[in-house]
Amino acid sequence: MPAKHRTAPRPSRRPVANKSSAGAPGGMQRRRFLGYLIAAPTLAVGVKLTADGVLEAQALPSPTPEVSEVYDLSDLLLDSTRPTANLITIVVNEDGTVSFSIPRAESGQGITTTAAMLIAEEMGIDVSDVNVTLADARPELLFNQQTQGSASVISIYTPVRVAAALARGQLVEAAATILGDEAENLRTTGGRVLSTAGSSVPFAELAAAAANSVTREAITELKPVDEFEVIGTPQRRDDVLAAVTGRKKYTMDLDVPEALPTMIARPPTIKGTVESVDNLAEVKGMPGVTDVVEISTDAEPGRGTTSSAVAVRARTFGQCIDAVNALDITWGGGNVDDESDATILEQLRAADAPANLPSPGPLDEAGGVLPLVTEPATGALDGVGAVETIDQEFVFYWRSNAAMEPNVAIADVRDGEAEIWTPSQIPIVTQSQIAQVLGMTPGQVTVHVPRGGGAFGRRLFSDVALDAARVSQEIGKPVRLMWHRADECRAGRVHPMCISRVRASFSGSEVVSFEQRHTSVATDYTESFGDMITSQAAKLPFANELTLSQTVFLLTASVPYDLGAIALGYNEIFDFDRFATGSVRNLNNQDFRPAQELMVDQLAARIGEDPMEFRLERVEDERAKACLETVRDEGDWGRDLPEGVAQGVVVHNEYKGSVAVLVEVDTRTATAEREIAGATTGPRVTKVTVAVDVGLPINPLGLKAQMEGGVMTGIAHVFTGSLHLRDGNFLEGSWDDYRYTRHWNAPPEIDVIVMPPSGDRPGGAGELAVGAATAAVACAYARAVGEMPTSFPIGHTKDVPFEVKPVVPPLPPSPVDGLTAYPTPSAAGPAFNPAS
Amino acid sequence: MPPHTFKVNGRPVTVEVEDDVRLLWVLRDLLKINGPKYGCGINVCKACTSHINGRAFNPCSVPVGQIRPTDEITTIEGLPDTVGADLHPMQEAWIDRDVPQCGYCQPGQIMAAVDLVKKVQAEGGSVTDDDIDEIRNMCACGTYARIREAIKQGAENM
Ligand code: FES
Ligand code: FES
Repeated sequence: MPAKHRTAPRPSRRPVANKSSAGAPGGMQRRRFLGYLIAAPTLAVGVKLTADGVLEAQALPSPTPEVSEVYDLSDLLLDSTRPTANLITIVVNEDGTVSFSIPRAESGQGITTTAAMLIAEEMGIDVSDVNVTLADARPELLFNQQTQGSASVISIYTPVRVAAALARGQLVEAAATILGDEAENLRTTGGRVLSTAGSSVPFAELAAAAANSVTREAITELKPVDEFEVIGTPQRRDDVLAAVTGRKKYTMDLDVPEALPTMIARPPTIKGTVESVDNLAEVKGMPGVTDVVEISTDAEPGRGTTSSAVAVRARTFGQCIDAVNALDITWGGGNVDDESDATILEQLRAADAPANLPSPGPLDEAGGVLPLVTEPATGALDGVGAVETIDQEFVFYWRSNAAMEPNVAIADVRDGEAEIWTPSQIPIVTQSQIAQVLGMTPGQVTVHVPRGGGAFGRRLFSDVALDAARVSQEIGKPVRLMWHRADECRAGRVHPMCISRVRASFSGSEVVSFEQRHTSVATDYTESFGDMITSQAAKLPFANELTLSQTVFLLTASVPYDLGAIALGYNEIFDFDRFATGSVRNLNNQDFRPAQELMVDQLAARIGEDPMEFRLERVEDERAKACLETVRDEGDWGRDLPEGVAQGVVVHNEYKGSVAVLVEVDTRTATAEREIAGATTGPRVTKVTVAVDVGLPINPLGLKAQMEGGVMTGIAHVFTGSLHLRDGNFLEGSWDDYRYTRHWNAPPEIDVIVMPPSGDRPGGAGELAVGAATAAVACAYARAVGEMPTSFPIGHTKDVPFEVKPVVPPLPPSPVDGLTAYPTPSAAGPAFNPAS
Repeated sequence: MPPHTFKVNGRPVTVEVEDDVRLLWVLRDLLKINGPKYGCGINVCKACTSHINGRAFNPCSVPVGQIRPTDEITTIEGLPDTVGADLHPMQEAWIDRDVPQCGYCQPGQIMAAVDLVKKVQAEGGSVTDDDIDEIRNMCACGTYARIREAIKQGAENM
């Protein structure tokens, strides 16, 4: 690396050793952990979800330009769970199997499989003999029952093993008498305790014998990392058989008597209201219909704006759809009736945070209202020779975070009690919000958490559970409430439209400063992070002057390269609940990182360096560098490619992990113009190489799946997937309108390399790949066409490639030609090439 | 309400419901056959894909009145029986490749894959990447890469 002359004094940015790798795995003293033996008919043990030594108080480092490097969102999630957690328990059943009820959601991310592996490892039992179920809402766990920020694995890793180790210890002690051997000579494997002499006794015979008659504290040690046999090996999902046979039960598949199908007629504009229903009796008399009732759909009880709608309960969902569409409703206005993409863009630009780095040109004085989130680096350019500056704005349009399973909830609110089934990522919040809108205490509300059909942040909000509870209370009957796909697009949570402005200056081959100012429609974090951040605010070096969104931004945003003086700014427009917003598989990095990496490629080009070399020279984290080198070698960086095909590469750190993504994008006409009815075809990602380092990978198979999913989402973010806001509502009304990555967009070649363990603790993975993949695809596309895209997805402003469905009546009627229209629906238009 | 009689997964059924109710709701809400999933209700997401007389179709877009007494509907639950085994080779490939994440789209993906492979095999060919590109089944978890591998693997045993 060329010698640097730096004039701006910056806080040192030595590669920050990942906390998980502090201390060599084998060289650590064996720590002892506290748990509880619980009085029960068979062996039961419990631990606090706080039993992790790494959670012991440690002084936070002093503020640095990018706080997320030393204290990121996963730390926040862990810290706020620390003082409040109660016990999670493992039970050894009479048949020798082990049960664990995990206070997390399972929506496809594989946390139940991971938990089963941790238990199997520690106890010496087959993974398939560990049965992990999802816990009901447990208010006593407070913050410690949420599934977000990719923190699940990080937070359960030690506590679950401690419980399993305690259980194993009890089994071994009980076996010692039977086997006539000393406990320390015994080992466990395959669900049996074995003596040195070769005799053995199965857990089934020990479950009752090892039971405790009184609950008491107990101490245990954990199996050393270098003895792991299960952790780090590929394991299939615990529910793969159920999933491929149709036996897996999602909320709408549950047998809850009398919970009849229920759907909602929603207003034609976002957060509109019902003024009157003009044919109530008529619709009540329609075939199959049992009830029609107006409800509030206020998603933020007691906090924000109000909206309302009309719910229909019927014998089948088909009859709900027909009845919803037959309703003659006079609608009041909505929350954003005058807003469209263009008006939002204007307002975002007007609120662009001010430039804070000195610049040789005139300063951009656009009127920002909030301070930059990092300190202005005054004097950055003092003494630097001739400085050149590049400056670019990027626009990111609305994106839907809808999963395949729509928003669903079953509610039975009768006799002063409410029983709810919904795949909530935050069941305790759901429980307390339901109690609030029903006028009950949380104790009167039970929230069961079935496995979800995808979550991606949408199920961090209780919208549908509130709908169901309100309808059930109003009519006094159980309901099985499902959002129609059209509701998912229009009334569902969206990732807010935002702009990112990047200014970088360089002198010769040195990057002198890099400044990024991000301005967004407000994101609603109130239900997920709000209370947590407030409770931790005192510990964060920067929290007080900042808004909640700025705090979240700062905890997740970072620049992985040494790019001179760095300043990051965040601003937003509107109140948190003007639009229904949330995260989409990731918080900010699917916008923030592509804008940044595209400019990094620009810098490399201007300085005359290869994009890979430029990054390798400047990447600051050793693990990230190793990931980059791996994709360089495995993905064959720089190989000869025909004109119109190019590679892009990016490295990214988040959630205690690092990931490098190298992609190839083919923009040649033969590829981009391929004709598949109703598809967004266009440029195609043809090859992907990912190298991921999460510290200690627990289940490489699950980790690879998470990386692949993140890549698919990244492809949608660049090329295909967005919502168009027009006059107060989104135009998209279903899949095919909303263009998430499909088989025709998916890369034919994708290779995920799981880096060898770099630490003794796991990092999160659910969101890790999204920002990196989005950025890598954008960079490859820019290089393939020789022009940097600045608006995402790239086709958003070019066309609305589908026939817009009416908003009144609110639901698209089901076709009747399904026997002949297979596979292509009759409504499919020609293919759309977003790059044309 | 007219009665409708047809066969589902080898078993004769009779349901009383209006003619225009789409078959998906008859299967799910009335017969409690929950393998076919709802994802859109308008024949675009393909989560409900099942078979009628051995060919794929989307029951969300077929009024039950169009189903004849001789029609045989197969949902994911009945797929293994069509080959007289505990699992269809496509399901085995799906397990081997650990395809699902949340799993919600997978019954539809498998039913579509089986139909596609049967079709290309009947034409004397074998399934290609181009064929797979045209499968319309949505997966919001992004399991497409593993689906692609599993289809090729499953096809070898079909
Ligand atoms: S629900 Fe049938 S195609 Fe989507
Ligand atoms: S596996 Fe979740 S939608 Fe396909």
